Amino acid sequence: MEYDCIVIGGGPAGLAAAIEAKDNGADKVCVIERDRELGGILNQCIHNGFGLHEFNEELTGPEYAAKFIDEVYKRDIDIFLNTMVIDLTKDKEVTALGDNGLIKLKGKSVVLAMGCRERTAGAIGVKGFRPAGVYNAGMAQRLINMEGYLVGKEVVIYGSGDIGLIMARRMTLEGAKVKAVVEIMPHSSGLNRNIHQCLNDFNIPLLLSHKVTEIHGKNRVEGVTIAKVDDKFNEIDGTREYISCDTLLLSVGLIPENEISQKANVSIDLRTRGAYVDSNMQTEIPGIFSCGNVLHVHDIVDFVTRESRIAGKNAARFARGELNNSKYIDVYAGDKLIYVIPQKIALDDENGALICFRSKNIYRNPTVKIYSNDKLIKQKKYKIIVPSEMIQIHLKYDYIKDLEGNIMVDIEGEKND
Amino acid sequence: MYDCIIIGAGVVGAATARELSKYNLRIAVLEKGTEVCQGTSKANSAIVHGGYDAAYGTLKGKLNVRGAKLYQKLSKELNFSYDKCGSLVLAFNDEDEKKLEELYENGLKNGVEGLRIIDKDEILNMEPNVSQDVTKALYCSEAGIVCPFNATFAFIENAMDNGVELFLEEKVVNIRKENDYILVGTEKGSEFKTKILINSAGLYSDEIAELAGDKEFKVKPRRGEYRILDKKVSDIVNHVIFTTPTKAGKGVLVSPTVHGNLIVGPTSDPVDDKEDTRTTDKGIEKVDEVALKLVPKLSLNETIRVFAGNRASIEQGDFLIFESKNIKGMLNLGGIDSPGLASSPAIAEEVRDFVSKYIDLTEKNNFIKERQAIPHFNELSDEEKEEILKRNPNYKKIICRCEMITEGEIIEAIHRNAGARTVDGIKRRVRPGSGRCQGGFCGPRILEILSRELDIPVEDILKESQGSNIVVGRTKGVL
Repeated sequence: MEYDCIVIGGGPAGLAAAIEAKDNGADKVCVIERDRELGGILNQCIHNGFGLHEFNEELTGPEYAAKFIDEVYKRDIDIFLNTMVIDLTKDKEVTALGDNGLIKLKGKSVVLAMGCRERTAGAIGVKGFRPAGVYNAGMAQRLINMEGYLVGKEVVIYGSGDIGLIMARRMTLEGAKVKAVVEIMPHSSGLNRNIHQCLNDFNIPLLLSHKVTEIHGKNRVEGVTIAKVDDKFNEIDGTREYISCDTLLLSVGLIPENEISQKANVSIDLRTRGAYVDSNMQTEIPGIFSCGNVLHVHDIVDFVTRESRIAGKNAARFARGELNNSKYIDVYAGDKLIYVIPQKIALDDENGALICFRSKNIYRNPTVKIYSNDKLIKQKKYKIIVPSEMIQIHLKYDYIKDLEGNIMVDIEGEKND
Repeated sequence: MYDCIIIGAGVVGAATARELSKYNLRIAVLEKGTEVCQGTSKANSAIVHGGYDAAYGTLKGKLNVRGAKLYQKLSKELNFSYDKCGSLVLAFNDEDEKKLEELYENGLKNGVEGLRIIDKDEILNMEPNVSQDVTKALYCSEAGIVCPFNATFAFIENAMDNGVELFLEEKVVNIRKENDYILVGTEKGSEFKTKILINSAGLYSDEIAELAGDKEFKVKPRRGEYRILDKKVSDIVNHVIFTTPTKAGKGVLVSPTVHGNLIVGPTSDPVDDKEDTRTTDKGIEKVDEVALKLVPKLSLNETIRVFAGNRASIEQGDFLIFESKNIKGMLNLGGIDSPGLASSPAIAEEVRDFVSKYIDLTEKNNFIKERQAIPHFNELSDEEKEEILKRNPNYKKIICRCEMITEGEIIEAIHRNAGARTVDGIKRRVRPGSGRCQGGFCGPRILEILSRELDIPVEDILKESQGSNIVVGRTKGVL
């Protein structure tokens, strides 16, 4: 079967990309989703706070997803549910397995929108036993919110990622006692509003600069030992403390799931663990685009939507043979940034470029400065920039069309923890 | 009345059951765990050693070499993953080289084939990623890697195909000699009568021996800690890479696994408690230090799991296989630590010879020699995939995205002989949860499938042992 645009993944990124591709002239569009319904991880995010940027209202995850799912179904877009892509070539041939058996599709363009997975206890090497009761926060969230099972009654959460914070509140509301959220960094890795609404409002302590040193309990978790760490994350002697609990939830980071991308030889940036893309969200393989959490991990779904529209629109342009940029410059992250996306910008594209980045530290009253060949081309002041909150800045065509040198993005201001 | 009862369904017990199932015998296997393969057999280096290490003249030396040979045949008959990939013991100085010479001589005496001492150029040609500081290596073409889980499952499945009975969650608590039989009692109150009793209880073999009044050995467990690395960094070595052994053991190794991961470890530390399989900072640091000396470019940050297992070591050092002085017809298999996995098929032959002293062994004429593996959908050709999809629509649904495991494979793992009853049981048979997400995505699906196929509530599903329930109840909102 041939498509103008094949979207891999039916979460928020894939849905927005599919709609946008269709609306921009890709005639035949399909979405391939491995789960039994569209919506992706939003389906288990039953808390509110989604859609503030996009719809100016506070929606729950399923409500936010439903808005896009409705739009997809209004259009003539093929949906493959319960279908897992098992192979992708750089010629945009897709092999998938699902309800229809083994299917082979060929796309003029492909949008990668597979999302991310959670880093595990094994990956961070938590020591001690390996009993039942150690779960990734996202898995626990699915069990509670979608399957109706409680994973434990006395909980310690390791990592203050947003899912961990949300789960601290969720477990509390289900009657569990959340004893602490333990974070190895000197600052939280979750959104500030989640610290307030999910921890402070429920008197759940957030222990910064602490690590879980040992898991106790042979069969089911019986407790954890935690300890303070110094600024190099080494345990400080004499600070060990035992907390009894039957559950340890982990929220220690998300990793873009690019195993399928790599089958098509899409090259991966070691900092984002996602593809190298240009300002059209096109990877280094022509016609293959990437957006959402498979490209880099986002904290706000509205930003995923924004980015994925760019991918979808350009996938349609590519399919129609209308994506013919020829002038590119590279984009570099300054010393104060962890990374910047996209890694290069098409200068001759009327849509301009959306720059996304994260800072390494907390900055108060900083200015983001964007340079080309040491010349300041744009600056923007912020009240605060924190590593957990991604910044997006749009560069209009007018700003970039005459640029010649590479772009560097950095923050000016004092680090403040 | 059974002809033979085997206590313990680790790899040795299972291999023994399979060997004895060739003969006209009524056999039972008693296992205290919720499934087979829950002790030392589940957490080890997964190596079929060549047999040059164990000293000449020891049982270990003899049975390792014989066992390694048997694996080649058994892995084909029973269709479990085994790869005779060869091993290299690396030397970095004169002292190490001297040790290599000793190992080489010892190996020759043990009858190990394919042994060679090779020089730096040849080593780096074979394994370009090992340390440039290497001076010599002992190459053994007969060493290999195996899936210890599926070897054990294959043995027990085939044994059951041939009539062996398996009793799970039957912990033996007393052993008594009656007139012409041995009476075996369990914690649950079951009683089994048998002519021959085989104690293959691994870490607990000393306690079983003591039930018969045998106090010849005491298990002093030694813990080994490991890392498992992601498949994407596993092509760094192709052979089992050992450091030169010391008295404490064969030392740390870096090896591919049959599933395409990399295993790094183990330590060897005495522990008091047989169940103390904790990983420790100190242990993993030790593993890292030695592993990086062997293979400096190892991507330890691509770890997907750290784990530890305990060896059933005894002071005598060698395997201690002897008939009980108090109960005639009872055979103790003591001290089955490394190379126990490699030796297990040969230990099974020793047991067979023991049984033949009491019972005239006649071969079954309907013995089923072969066992089919559960097909791994992702590894089939397109034609084979289409074929299996026509037969069984459960293969359409991928449950584990990291290892590409279908629902069909999981269902089959549950319904086979000695089938999976727990989440870890599924993981060990067909691997969902062994990949990089460690069950984060497929976990809820596995619960659902186990619950449906075994017709038990999700709340009762265990990770592994009793008390390891995955969920504690329904949420408030669900009626």
